[in-house]
Amino acid sequence: MNVRLLAAPRASLGVRAGYQQILRLRPPAALLSLALPVLVLAVWQVVASRALLPVQILPPPALVLNTLVELTTSGEIFTNLQISLWRIALGIAIGCSLGLGLGTIMGLSRTADDYVSPLFRALAQVPSLGWVPILILIFGLDETVKYLIIAKACFVPTTITMAEGIRNIPRSYKEVAVVLGLSRRAAIRKLIVPAALPTIFGGLRLAFSHAWIALIVVEMLAAQEGVGYMMVWGRTLFQTDIVIAGMIVIGVIGLAMDAGLRRLERRLRRWAVPS
Amino acid sequence: MTDLTIEVAERAPRRATARIWRGAVLPVVLLAAWAIVPHLLSVRHPLIVPLDEVLASPFIDESGREIWASLAQTLLRFFGGFALGAVAGLALGVLVGASGLADRLVSPSFNAVRQIALFAWIPLLTAWFGNGEGSKLAFIALSAFFPVALNTHDGLRTIGRGYVEVAAVLKLPLRRRILKLLLPGALPSIFIGLQIGLITAWLGTVGGEYMIGVGRGLGIFIAEARGQFRMDLVLLGVILLALIGFVVNAGFRRLFEPLLRWQGVKP
Repeated sequence: MNVRLLAAPRASLGVRAGYQQILRLRPPAALLSLALPVLVLAVWQVVASRALLPVQILPPPALVLNTLVELTTSGEIFTNLQISLWRIALGIAIGCSLGLGLGTIMGLSRTADDYVSPLFRALAQVPSLGWVPILILIFGLDETVKYLIIAKACFVPTTITMAEGIRNIPRSYKEVAVVLGLSRRAAIRKLIVPAALPTIFGGLRLAFSHAWIALIVVEMLAAQEGVGYMMVWGRTLFQTDIVIAGMIVIGVIGLAMDAGLRRLERRLRRWAVPS
Repeated sequence: MTDLTIEVAERAPRRATARIWRGAVLPVVLLAAWAIVPHLLSVRHPLIVPLDEVLASPFIDESGREIWASLAQTLLRFFGGFALGAVAGLALGVLVGASGLADRLVSPSFNAVRQIALFAWIPLLTAWFGNGEGSKLAFIALSAFFPVALNTHDGLRTIGRGYVEVAAVLKLPLRRRILKLLLPGALPSIFIGLQIGLITAWLGTVGGEYMIGVGRGLGIFIAEARGQFRMDLVLLGVILLALIGFVVNAGFRRLFEPLLRWQGVKP
């Protein structure tokens, strides 16, 4: 008898099917989705080429593209990205591992949860944005500030979902493990981990997106390099083309990160709860 | 009734009080340490300010008193910006939720633009609207706009297909279809969108003020305190930032949860 078959049915099946239907764009839909960007670009081009607005406010699309290419070929974007990605990687590593640890403790032990959870919730109320000035006063514009802010941004969602993922495992699973006489290791590997995994992974995806946002914020407020700083720098030079190029880079990376994690999540889900 | 049920019934409240006591331990210890330890240090460090001085600063300190006017300005800005963004978000959400054509036309672009981290908008907005009220309001509105539009759309999309078909069979006119089917069905999701929108708009308010500067506001108060190395005022501002965020969220829930209960849906 396959133990995994006992897993809870997916309640959201109908919604997901509908979602996938929408995602599978048919040709006319794909064309329709391009209509708006094309229209915006056209208006932008007309306004810019007739010089209706100064370049500092609306640089022509060609200039933005040019800047984007220039920043890419000169390697400026990559040096900044490298710095940004190192910051986010270290911050996520610190924040997520601490969060998974604390979340496991809070999920397994009611007593620990009773003691820690109110303080945790109160501190979680303080947004990353609030920690920035406090940490700047303590550490200056040091790299530590960036790691800590990013770590805090992923620590909170990871802890909450980890604790919930463990706590919400149906009691029947544990009973099944007992009835089937599974060893502790087998029970954890075949039941507990697959059952908690979708929740935990959802939390990690949230943590990554929080980390990305925190990175941009902290680089705009307290950095002298990185993608976020590049935009602020462009703004102080009144080079709106750099600002828009930065927004495009940030949007594309955010999209790629989210899409990659979504795909990974879907694959993991299939492994966790095979239908 | 057996002894067992009585015992369980008695144990439940005891467990609840135990939870409260246990939960209070860490915060009380930390707050007490914060209030006492700095006074025991022989040398005052500018970054280590005792709790009582932080709490007294808005009443005694000259720069601390500024917080009241800043707070009033911030709240005004917050509600104004949120109203703008929420109305725009509701409008777009209803449009793309009710019309398949609008959905296919707008949603891909909307989702692409949504990927840009919110704060990355600030340099562009200040280039467009200057450093004054305009770019702050635009930024607050933008931060409320995305979650409201997204959840409104989601709420409308996930209404049961059966209901939609019934409405089509009955040939309900558009106005009644919106009032009787789409809005009630989507209400829980719309409320979630408004709730998220309130939180992000609050962060957007203080973050925008902090980043843009110029004028009065809680974010500007914190930024100035940081510039003057006044840890007490920074902490005061940040505590208020967190506290108001909490109150706004809890207040919204208290106001609107009864509405959802009438709907028979739990948010």
